[in-house]
Amino acid sequence: MYEILEKEIFSDVTKLIVVSAPDVARKAQAGQFIVIRVVDEGERIPLTIADFDRAQGTLTMVFQEVGKSTMHLGTLRPGDALASLTGPLGRPTEIEHYGTVICVGGGVGIAPVYPIARELRAAGNHVISIIGARTKDLLFWEDKMGTVSDELIVCTDDGSYKRKALVTEPLKELLEQRDNVARVWAIGPAIMMKFCSLTTKPFGVPTIVSLNSIMVDATGMCGACRVEVGGKTKFVCVDGPEFDGHQVDWDLLLARQRIYLPEEKLAKEKFLAEHQTCAR
Amino acid sequence: MSEPIKELTTKERMAIPRHEMPRQEAMERRKNFFEVALGYSAEQAREEAERCLQCKKPTCIEGCPVEVRIPEFILALRSGDMPGAVQALKSKNNLPAICGRVCPQETQCEINCVLAKKGKPVAIGRLERYVADWELGQGVIPPELPPPTGKKVAVVGAGPAGLTCAADLARMGHQVTIFEALHAPGGVLMYGIPEFRLPKKIVLAEVNYVKSLGVELRLNAVIGKLFTLDELLDELLNEQGYDAVFLGTGAGLPMFMNIPGENYNGVYSANEFLTRVNLMKGYLFPEWDTPVKVGKKVAVVGAGNVAMDAARCALRLGTIRALEEGSELPEVHIVYRRSRAEMPARAEEVENAQEEGVIFDLLTNPVEIYGKDGWVSGMRCIRMELGEPDASGRRQPVPIPGSEFDMDVDTVIMALGTRPNPMVFTASGGLERTKHGTVVADEITGRTTKARVWAGGDIVTGAATVISAMGAGKRAAADIDRFLRGE
Ligand SMILES: Cc1cc2nc3c(=O)[nH]c(=O)nc-3n(C[C@H](O)[C@H](O)[C@H](O)COP(=O)(O)OP(=O)(O)OC[C@H]3O[C@@H](n4cnc5c(N)ncnc54)[C@H](O)[C@@H]3O)c2cc1C
Ligand code: FES
Repeated sequence: MYEILEKEIFSDVTKLIVVSAPDVARKAQAGQFIVIRVVDEGERIPLTIADFDRAQGTLTMVFQEVGKSTMHLGTLRPGDALASLTGPLGRPTEIEHYGTVICVGGGVGIAPVYPIARELRAAGNHVISIIGARTKDLLFWEDKMGTVSDELIVCTDDGSYKRKALVTEPLKELLEQRDNVARVWAIGPAIMMKFCSLTTKPFGVPTIVSLNSIMVDATGMCGACRVEVGGKTKFVCVDGPEFDGHQVDWDLLLARQRIYLPEEKLAKEKFLAEHQTCAR
Repeated sequence: MSEPIKELTTKERMAIPRHEMPRQEAMERRKNFFEVALGYSAEQAREEAERCLQCKKPTCIEGCPVEVRIPEFILALRSGDMPGAVQALKSKNNLPAICGRVCPQETQCEINCVLAKKGKPVAIGRLERYVADWELGQGVIPPELPPPTGKKVAVVGAGPAGLTCAADLARMGHQVTIFEALHAPGGVLMYGIPEFRLPKKIVLAEVNYVKSLGVELRLNAVIGKLFTLDELLDELLNEQGYDAVFLGTGAGLPMFMNIPGENYNGVYSANEFLTRVNLMKGYLFPEWDTPVKVGKKVAVVGAGNVAMDAARCALRLGTIRALEEGSELPEVHIVYRRSRAEMPARAEEVENAQEEGVIFDLLTNPVEIYGKDGWVSGMRCIRMELGEPDASGRRQPVPIPGSEFDMDVDTVIMALGTRPNPMVFTASGGLERTKHGTVVADEITGRTTKARVWAGGDIVTGAATVISAMGAGKRAAADIDRFLRGE
């Protein structure tokens, strides 16, 4: 069960897996996520669904190796299986005909933006996509994003590829140039989503972000994932993951993401020490 | 152990003292997650069993939500007929090793024991545990099953309600599939109740018994997301749907107090804290991957079983760390707005917690949590006094004006009760619910307002007990069986 069928290596730290999960693929929608455990002793880690194929019964996820669990996941190969996979979780993206929309994907956030852009386009929207990463190596799916966007802007923080800019720069320009942008989606690291939301706020353009808080069960049972949106406590796993970026208390989210930093560091070091022989 | 030479007289039986449960010593058990109560020896069990007067009209049975044939299993036990004891027990209770450990016997069977009036009741729970553990030690023999009826039932949730309902239905010849949201079965038994009170291998042994009856267990299946309730009833992936569905999804939604500061780092719901510790084995970090953080001064708000469990887990984690670091032992407080008499936790666990060093701050209620750099740095509380009884019959706590004071804490765990998780109802209408979010179901049959759907356990009653959930699962199974047979 939950066999890994394909694996692609985008960079040292960014990888893609295609997993067999027919029942989940049948129900999956853009904006939703799954929870996996790599091994029986493993954590439950949420991963956003980057693509799904109902006919093949597969889910595609792109992840960045940031800690022990994602590094461990990165060592799996086609034919290996995950210890568990649960989903689809969270509310799907609200796909409607809005008119002109902007989809911003930063780093590994490009992956979850892809199905959203695709569905928005299918719903008749004019889709402008902005994708960006720290450096050229961390960029992926330029071609795929191109096929689901009417316009595509690509940038890198360090200028190693295409335009040298943070994603907020072309975002701001677009909003200044066009007064018909109905909605913005911004997905990526919390800090990027925060600044995208700050960028769009003066223009009054509704901005949807997909929050990546720490989760345990991801079914609304524990509250580990709680954030404040518009002054109210929300559980990201069931009330989200998408929220109005202008209402999110970003500082709280950033603080809560750091709760287990020392433990995460310890686990990572232990894992690396045990896997030294694997020559990473 | 020798057979009793002659039958004892009632007077002799009443002269035998109630046997205490052998337990790990308090300071010792603070340092580990091993089971606290060690169980009776064969000798102790036999002697305790001799205390039972075998009443003609056994009132103890009336106190038991599943009507375990108590005098019968105790008689078999003391006659040395252990298989007979198992049989008597299991004819009514599918999960006795669990019930023997976590039931509030003092308010159910034991309070009704005739000896309770004259002093100390027979230790029914401990004897139940003894018999169940004996059976597990022998290797459980599944009962013979009747021929299949060809009817299919879906059970949602693998907690005590779902497991019991599934086991009974399987024993009636129906084909049963349990859908469980988490990656492990057991519900609260697995994620909530700690290892030191209910070892997980006991839970898994009882689950294996249910599986041995032919019940299929589908883990990682969140009903409402993966499949909706209506899909279970109608059709599932081009297959025929289920003839009936039992909902036993419990009351898993945590509550917070809605006071300022509740989202600071260091504030947990008891559900999160206990799930990290128990289901995810956070106490074994970094061998297991999920960390759990607990400070040096912990306040647990509430005084039910959940609060006691959270407090005792926090105490253990803190003690183990302090011993490793050579630092000061942790301080763990139970903060409760009523008095000791109103504490809803099982008496034995309150005692255990106190022995282990948990500090009880009664008639105290938090009003605000303070933070520094995003982390909890203290908690403001107010003293309470008891006023008039409320709807639940308990005296209502009222704040004493001007009595606020600050507690120096770095971790706060909210154990305020839970509500049913509404996820299971997604996109499936016709199920009436109360304003508390619980499902409306017939008390005797478990029937809901939706055709072919039954419900029982915490999803109907709100957070209650393992045995009441099991009782509801049993009653629903009986009614589902009647329905499937067209009666
Ligand atoms: C920490 C703690 C300590 C306790 N101590 C005691 C005690 O000592 N004695 C006692 O008698 N009682 C105790 N209780 C109460 C007791 O555990 C519960 O009353 C009992 O477990 C309820 O059983 P249930 O089957 O209704 O629900 P649960 O045990 O809650 O099981 C429900 C199951 O359904 C699953 N589920 C939920 N939603 C879905 C969905 N949408 N799809 C699929 N599956 C789903 C859940 O993951 C869970 O596994 C305690 C409770 C807690 C939390
Ligand atoms: S992760 Fe537990 S409630 Fe969201």
